[in-house]
Amino acid sequence: MNAQLFEVCLRIGDDALISAQRLAEWSAAAPELEEDIALSNIALDQLGVARLMLSYAGEVEGAGRDEDALAYLRDDREFRNCLLVELPNAGPAAGPHAPIDFGVTMARLLFVSTYQLLLYQSLLDSSDERLRDIAAKARKESAYHVDHATQWTIRLGDGTEESHRRMQAAVDDLWPYTHELFTGTAPSGLVPDPASLRAPWLESVTDVLTVSTLTTPPDGWAPSGGRDGRHTEHLSYLLAEMQVLRRAHPGATW
Amino acid sequence: MSSDLWEVFVRPRRGLSHTHVGSVHAPDAAMALRNARDVYTRRQEGVSIWVVPAASITASSPDEKDSFFDPAADKVYRHPTFYEVPEGAEHL
Amino acid sequence: MSGPSLSPEPQGAQSLLDQVEQAERALKEAAARDRAHGEDEQSHFDAVIGAEQKVEPRDWMPDPYRKSLIRQIAQHAHSEIIGMQPEGNWITRAPSLRRKAILLAKVQDEAGHGLYLYAAAETLGISRDELVELLLTGRQKYSSIFNYPTLTWADMGAIGWLVDGAAIVNQVPLCRSSYGPYARAMIRICKEESFHQRQGYEILYTLARGTAEQKAMAQDAVDRWWYPSLAMFGPPDARSTHTEQSMAWGIKKFSNDDLRQRFVDMCVGQAEVLGLRLPDDALRFDDARGHYDYTAPDFEELAQVIAGDGPCNRQRISHRRRAHNEGAWVREAALAHARKHA
Repeated sequence: MNAQLFEVCLRIGDDALISAQRLAEWSAAAPELEEDIALSNIALDQLGVARLMLSYAGEVEGAGRDEDALAYLRDDREFRNCLLVELPNAGPAAGPHAPIDFGVTMARLLFVSTYQLLLYQSLLDSSDERLRDIAAKARKESAYHVDHATQWTIRLGDGTEESHRRMQAAVDDLWPYTHELFTGTAPSGLVPDPASLRAPWLESVTDVLTVSTLTTPPDGWAPSGGRDGRHTEHLSYLLAEMQVLRRAHPGATW
Repeated sequence: MSSDLWEVFVRPRRGLSHTHVGSVHAPDAAMALRNARDVYTRRQEGVSIWVVPAASITASSPDEKDSFFDPAADKVYRHPTFYEVPEGAEHL
Repeated sequence: MSGPSLSPEPQGAQSLLDQVEQAERALKEAAARDRAHGEDEQSHFDAVIGAEQKVEPRDWMPDPYRKSLIRQIAQHAHSEIIGMQPEGNWITRAPSLRRKAILLAKVQDEAGHGLYLYAAAETLGISRDELVELLLTGRQKYSSIFNYPTLTWADMGAIGWLVDGAAIVNQVPLCRSSYGPYARAMIRICKEESFHQRQGYEILYTLARGTAEQKAMAQDAVDRWWYPSLAMFGPPDARSTHTEQSMAWGIKKFSNDDLRQRFVDMCVGQAEVLGLRLPDDALRFDDARGHYDYTAPDFEELAQVIAGDGPCNRQRISHRRRAHNEGAWVREAALAHARKHA
């Protein structure tokens, strides 16, 4: 099997899967009905990409694992998502029962979707045909996600004093986790070198933060490990919830 | 907050005209357009959307007993909520 | 690994879609028809109703008609919104990615349906803010069925099959409501709704053909959701207060018991195909009546649940209130931004 291609599919697929899982937490909980619908659309898009990527990963591996075997039967040390997507919607340092925070979700969506848009745009030139096909579909959807996050970042950053404070806190708390997106090696031709995405990402994100009257945090602490399966404590709780039913009935069809 | 009600018109494809499909709430025009797209078209391709603040619509209808030119009777909805009540005016 | 078995279409489902399309055609045909013109507002209104044409937002209407419509449409909208919670409960735990996607889409549709209905109610002169307030303060109700807990994944199947099935039986006649915006919203909703019942049925079909634990899970869910679904049609006709006037105004087309019977008749055959048992020993086809005899749900229990003492009433409202309150800063920010940049 092409081990590098398998890894690449897991990274992209796991980023999308865990993003979808976090976004799904907003169902019946959004600040307005229209927003509930919008966030579900984004979650469905991310889930769609996850399914395509994980299915492809299973084919590439050639060991009979399908999208569900990969999603439900891997332990957290085998997941390859970045740390940013697994953080709770309440924020990276929030306690276990803290309420989900719309500002955190929008800041995270801005950071993740801007990265995904650049990634999928680059993948249109991948040497792998399936990656090119998946990227073509994913890219259009990503553009909507960036737009949605941008609209809200602007309105929350440049809204009330309270929303400005909360949004700045969300940006500051999440910023350290963005650096991991641009680390790691890239099998040449398959995917872009992650480091090469940083400059365009920073330019896009900084533009949005500026319009939103928010400050771009300084670079400093840069936690990582997700791409090697070393996650935060949050991921195993997320996976426990996601996987429990499937694991309770081994071999069953749903 | 009737000021945040927007009427939505959708043209499903070229050659057809825009049709009223319902309304959405949004704080401004940009969000109204995006909300309308998410709610009424689920982001189908090739669809054109117009959003108009409900309060901006001037309306009449065929069977009315009111004079066509009665300025008080030209709002899109008949009932009081959709009239702006001036400051200090009670019991309206 | 084999995928889930695709179930046969639940029998009767196609005929419901046909009825929606018939309602849509009837709306267009009636609009083209001539009718008597009344001399005054009341007789004009009566003539429109009599010709099965639609009352529209700018028309004069009797105040009790308007109030009754607001109540009915609003409660329907609130039901969609609250109904997102019991099903939303299982999105993060859905046992396959395909089921997760389907459930997310279904709950999203419910939000959309609530939104269409709030929009229809607003044409009658009430704002969305007022409607939300009426729900949160308990002054307007929502369907009692959503006050029951979803305890297992199989509940997703039972809700899709039974609860959505009952909702469709209730809703199809509303596509012929005399009030234009409500009829149009209902036609849109019913067309989107048909996939929901199909998905629930498919979940149960798969479980019933799965492991012994899965089959037991499915049967347990049906055992718990059957009688509450029957109760969705409301109290027996003899005890229902709003029916007569609502029927005269073309707001309500069939009685509670008529609709309940229609639902039972559809479900019996569907249950046989599933291989699951409806928890009623008295179910038997009566040749004389041409319908199934069945045990009525406990209407005293229904009354208690409506009055606020069902298993989840407090939790459902509290969840909605919390979401609303926690989102206030977001709504305020959006408004402040709009004002700054107007």
